[in-house]
Amino acid sequence: MTGVLPVGLAESTKVIGNVVHSVKEYVMVVQLHENIEKEKIREIVNYFKGQIYQKPPLRSSVKRTIRVKTIYEIEVLDSQDKYILLRVLCDPGTYMRKLAHDMGLLLGVGAHMRELRRTRTGPFREDETLVTLQELNEALYIWRTTGKDSYLRRTVLPVEVSTAHLPKILILDTAVDAIAHGANLAAPGVAALTKNVEANKTVAIYTLKGELVALGKAIRNTEEIVKMDKGIVAKTTRVVMPRGVYPKYWKTKESTGTQ
Amino acid sequence: MGLREKGVEFLDKITRKSGYVNDWIVIREADTSSDYGVLPYERKTVDHINFGVINLDKPPGPTSHEVVAWIKRMFNVDKAGHGGTLEPRYLVCGVGKPQGDWGTTSRVS
Repeated sequence: MTGVLPVGLAESTKVIGNVVHSVKEYVMVVQLHENIEKEKIREIVNYFKGQIYQKPPLRSSVKRTIRVKTIYEIEVLDSQDKYILLRVLCDPGTYMRKLAHDMGLLLGVGAHMRELRRTRTGPFREDETLVTLQELNEALYIWRTTGKDSYLRRTVLPVEVSTAHLPKILILDTAVDAIAHGANLAAPGVAALTKNVEANKTVAIYTLKGELVALGKAIRNTEEIVKMDKGIVAKTTRVVMPRGVYPKYWKTKESTGTQ
Repeated sequence: MGLREKGVEFLDKITRKSGYVNDWIVIREADTSSDYGVLPYERKTVDHINFGVINLDKPPGPTSHEVVAWIKRMFNVDKAGHGGTLEPRYLVCGVGKPQGDWGTTSRVS
């Protein structure tokens, strides 16, 4: 299996796992066990568009109960003899191997997945940012031997890219270090936010310079947050920004001189 | 152009590139100080690596876990992780690794 595998380095390790929960796109070769006319294939493939029931395969990493998954797009790119080339856009956690198998059952001849390539996971796509291990190695070599990092900067992307698909909140400089220490985000610290913030959903929290501070779980949606002048807006779940990068603005017993 | 404007422009650019859109509501207009913090694309090289992600084209042979271990060593960083396992390779009857070797990496999604 090849294709898009986002990898987070050092500090980015904390948030890279979050893309697991985002939409996926695959290109797959399905091998049928007998020849079937092309029209029949297209007809059956279209049955899989929309919500499907899927039981995870025997060899899987999740509980094997039937789950509802959505196939947003499914398209026959090509077909020849017993082979079908498919493009599938689907929910995370949809098993392509199972999809190929179920397609075989519906066609009545049996089928299995022959090859698979992931072409998208959330914000990561098969575009010019997709790099091979060899390209990474070359970029590192050039930087280490010549000190030039322009190639390295094209192969390694800022951590913020892995949060591009999420609803966003920008916070004031005065709120940054408190969040870096793990505090929840309160309304007075919010400078701006996107319209798609939803309660109980993941939200990415950035400085006004666009640096990722943390991931959080929103407590309220955008409409409610706009009207708030106090109270918690999001619970901080994953902190990326190290402590002490921004100055400390919150009051402690020491700084206010009280007991 | 102010630092805040540059920061927002950066976020909008990477969001658009990923096929999404930021629809902003501004609540407070304050700008950000240049005394601390840095625009994400102006980090020092070492910081760029430590706050870096790679859109890797996984090769077909090794497991996702093995690939991450190699990258960790290449970059000489203390940790690295990946988002979503891709099983090592397709299995044709009698060819390739026996299924038992797949361990927990056989998830496709």
